[in-house]
Amino acid sequence: MSEVPADRFYLSSHEWAQEGDDGVVTIGITEFAASELGELVYIELPGEGEDVQFEQQFGEIESVKAVSALNSPISGQVIESNASLLDSQEPITDSPFDEGWMLKIKPADDSWKDQLMNPADYESQLNNS
Amino acid sequence: MKKTVLNSAHQRHGARLVEFGGFEMPVWYSALTEEHHTVRKQAGVFDLCHMGRFEVVGEDPVTALDKILTRDVSSMKKGQVCYSLVCQEDGGILDDILVYRLPDRWWLVVNAGNRDKLLPWFEEKLEGAHIVDHSESLAMVALQGPLAVGLLAPHIERPKGRSLETLGYYRVGAATVNLTGTPLQGWISRTGYTGEDGFEIYVDSEHAEAVFDALVDLSDDVHPCGLGCRDTLRLEAGMPLYGHELSEQIDPISAGLDFGVGLHKSTPFIGQSALQEIESRGPQRRMRGFTVDGRRPARQGAAILHQGKVVGEVTSGSPSPTLGVAIACGYVDSGIPEDASLQVDLGRQTPDLKPHPLPFYRRETEKV
Repeated sequence: MSEVPADRFYLSSHEWAQEGDDGVVTIGITEFAASELGELVYIELPGEGEDVQFEQQFGEIESVKAVSALNSPISGQVIESNASLLDSQEPITDSPFDEGWMLKIKPADDSWKDQLMNPADYESQLNNS
Repeated sequence: MKKTVLNSAHQRHGARLVEFGGFEMPVWYSALTEEHHTVRKQAGVFDLCHMGRFEVVGEDPVTALDKILTRDVSSMKKGQVCYSLVCQEDGGILDDILVYRLPDRWWLVVNAGNRDKLLPWFEEKLEGAHIVDHSESLAMVALQGPLAVGLLAPHIERPKGRSLETLGYYRVGAATVNLTGTPLQGWISRTGYTGEDGFEIYVDSEHAEAVFDALVDLSDDVHPCGLGCRDTLRLEAGMPLYGHELSEQIDPISAGLDFGVGLHKSTPFIGQSALQEIESRGPQRRMRGFTVDGRRPARQGAAILHQGKVVGEVTSGSPSPTLGVAIACGYVDSGIPEDASLQVDLGRQTPDLKPHPLPFYRRETEKV
């Protein structure tokens, strides 16, 4: 069974969002999503200063077999993008909740958590799929 | 979604299952690249039960087949296997198939996704013959890779004491398969879709799972392999895939499959005059191979550009585990020279395409 850390929130399309002490939100994809994708070969991420929108595509990730959209769990502005992933996507596979983080976002509003699933709900989605 | 008789075996072996050709099939068990290298260097086991296995029965199956297949099947010898196209009147490809001439009968192996389309078509077009569909009752599994012949030979008995080693490439014969503790009567052919030496084994479906497991257990060097690596293996080997390089809108001349068409064979076949015309005026587009600059693979449907204009389309593309670069093939307008500068439209990027001869990979023994 895939890990679902309790310290963050989830989008049904398998992205996570975690709030930092400074209010900045880090996003990435879940272990389940990473294992479904298989071996990764390419990722496209927005740069610093770009805006992302809740449930809208913010980038693309490509495995040996196919291209998949990355959807943002939050609306806001990109503060930092994990540039090391452009060279090697292995951290996404090996450490999806930590070193495989993708973007740091300054939230557009404080209510972003309301639209996301809590860990228990996401876990039950995984169990029922 | 349909399942093959090996579905539970795939689950036991930890497969990730996806839809292919209307069937739930393993895309990989461990990881695509690992399985790809297993087949190139060792041996891999594939479930091919999703493919259609048709027997052609009737008074004169040879003549009936000769009228609808692009190859001259009347010249096939007993025990020979032959690649052929099935075309429409306009030369568009309905399927690419293998024709098996067994000692006393004729078989066809067709693509999974075309089974339902071809059955009624054959029934309508075959004169004095008809199809018996054995796809469910007869299983088909493959062992592919350089170790296949050595690992399999001790378990295969052939008529008149002939060894498996003496079965030639694209040859088929009766076999007693001693893999499961009980001798099984079946067929074996030295064929495959990987660019490696290997075999396809045909036994009654009730024994499929035992045979599949026994093949996987032949050695620690053998692993079950999914359709994911089958696709990268065939792409490296320059073999077309229906729905990618081949379709009803594409003819075999444009696809570079001239070898599979008896353009001037004595028995006229469906599509012959259209194909002769395409051959004489030259196809408007041709299949070409490329490596893609940069890290990102080009995928089916990506536009091929020359001086900013669309001059072609990618039909298949993937990272090549053997070459270590992204490879692609696709159709390019015939007027575009081989050395023209080409790019591929990948959205934000338009990386260069470098021409690469097809196939991308040839196994050692094939090299002259």
